[in-house]
Amino acid sequence: MVFVRPAALMATLIALLLPLTPAAAQAPETVNPENIQIGLSTDRVSITADFSGADLTIFGALDNADPLIARHGRYDVIVVLEGPPRPVVVRKKNRVLGMWINTQSETFVSVPVSYSVATTRAWQDVTNPASYRQMALGADNITLIPANKTGDPETITEFTAALRDRKKASELFSERIGGVHFLSQSLFRATLHLAPNVPVGTHRARAFLFKNGAFIDESSAQLSIQKAGFEQRLFRAAQENSFLYGVAAVALAFLTGWVGRVVFRKD
Amino acid sequence: MGIYLPIAEMSVNMVVLLAMGAAVGFLSGLFGVGGGFLITPLLIFYNIPPAIAVATGANQVIASSISGALSHFKKGTIDFKLGTVLLAGGVVGSTVGVWVFSLLRSVGQLDLFVSLLYVALLGTVGSMMLIESVRAMRRAAGGAAPSLRKPGQHNWIHRLPLKMRFRASKLFVSVIPVLGLGAIIGFLASIMGVGGGFIMVPALIYLLKVPTNVVIGTSLFQIVFTAAYTTIVHATTNQTVDVVLAFLLMIGGVAGAQYGAKAGQKLRGEQLRALLALLVVAVALRLAFDLFVRPNSLYSLSSLSGI
Repeated sequence: MVFVRPAALMATLIALLLPLTPAAAQAPETVNPENIQIGLSTDRVSITADFSGADLTIFGALDNADPLIARHGRYDVIVVLEGPPRPVVVRKKNRVLGMWINTQSETFVSVPVSYSVATTRAWQDVTNPASYRQMALGADNITLIPANKTGDPETITEFTAALRDRKKASELFSERIGGVHFLSQSLFRATLHLAPNVPVGTHRARAFLFKNGAFIDESSAQLSIQKAGFEQRLFRAAQENSFLYGVAAVALAFLTGWVGRVVFRKD
Repeated sequence: MGIYLPIAEMSVNMVVLLAMGAAVGFLSGLFGVGGGFLITPLLIFYNIPPAIAVATGANQVIASSISGALSHFKKGTIDFKLGTVLLAGGVVGSTVGVWVFSLLRSVGQLDLFVSLLYVALLGTVGSMMLIESVRAMRRAAGGAAPSLRKPGQHNWIHRLPLKMRFRASKLFVSVIPVLGLGAIIGFLASIMGVGGGFIMVPALIYLLKVPTNVVIGTSLFQIVFTAAYTTIVHATTNQTVDVVLAFLLMIGGVAGAQYGAKAGQKLRGEQLRALLALLVVAVALRLAFDLFVRPNSLYSLSSLSGI
């Protein structure tokens, strides 16, 4: 479950709408460049006991949007939610004595733990592949740097592809084509997928604005994903007071076994 | 009903885990075993990372063994001196086991090692039990009286030095095999998440010639404290004990064990042993199958620390 406070959400929306009014009142002949703003309804998402994945909604607005282009639907928005970067080891199994055993591995430095994308339209309709590569935008274009850069380039390519593939399979890398909707000419809403195994930490939301296939502007916001009260306390205790946590786990087991004996007393 | 496991960092079905605990509890009550050797593989089949399945399994073993240990304590059928020497060995074995566990995890071979140990041990113990129980059933059908073990027989173990007297067990035996047995059990507890009763009980009876009336109690006494030590070391070294997961398994297990014990009274000993043997062999085959069949994806991801 994601805690979304309606009051905070409204406040964000109003704050986003306000700067639009004076801009629209200005003389129409001064061509100001468009820019994009996003606001999160909450800067903190809590993972509670019944969390099984969720949708995260991000609102945003375009400033100085050209009504004509907007009406023709030539503005496109791509919103990305990127998890904290961490090193990852990719292992490959090979057949040894008939058994499938991890034999090869490649370490990658600072891979975003999760990477969730929402777009207004299909990738090829927004801009060209070269631009995506240049901007490192999209799960297939983010830069993945191996720890051992001098390794066999073929192996690195293979393991890089495997890394993307495994991340997609575990839903940590996901995309939602059409996940960004324009609510009005200048206001949009992006719906991103949070996988059930979404990692905790500081995530970064970024929104990219394209006009007629050309990149115009970018905006970003921080989102902290945390475990909710009880889960967070348990996790912290296991990490920081691991000895006491172990003792408590043992005490709980003693107690459960003993209570079970009292409840189902036979002798 | 979904529940989020804070250490495994994944969402699982609470009903499935309770049922899993209850089913294993039922079987452990039925056969008089701890059930750790079933819990860990079941958790692995349910996609819980093996590192967490093993450490949490050790925690669950405490709850499933404490009730039996208390019964034997009341009846006075625990040899505390023997149990303590076994436990001393267990602490050493468990410490080595947790160290090996961390090492294997960092080189990405933990899953393989855990599976191989399970296949080898369960396969061997299961087949031996199956052969023995089928023979016993045949003998029973043929009407011949089961042959009793002759007391007073001595083997090579009784010629080892550093002898110690265990009054409750009426034993005068070297501490080397006792410490060694304890260490093996401790090692298995920390790497496989099992109590180790399936090795301890036959070893005490056949190798050390401990009288059968104190075997179960002493074994349970050692298992409870070895598992407690293993849980604490795993929690401190690897942070892989998930109490939410362990608690769900314990609740189901404690309840299931009571019904299993009742059902067990209706079956005959050799039939029970044959059924248990079939179950053990089935788990070993299922784990072996995963080792030999080409996985869906040859690639896997892990963090630097191993999960």
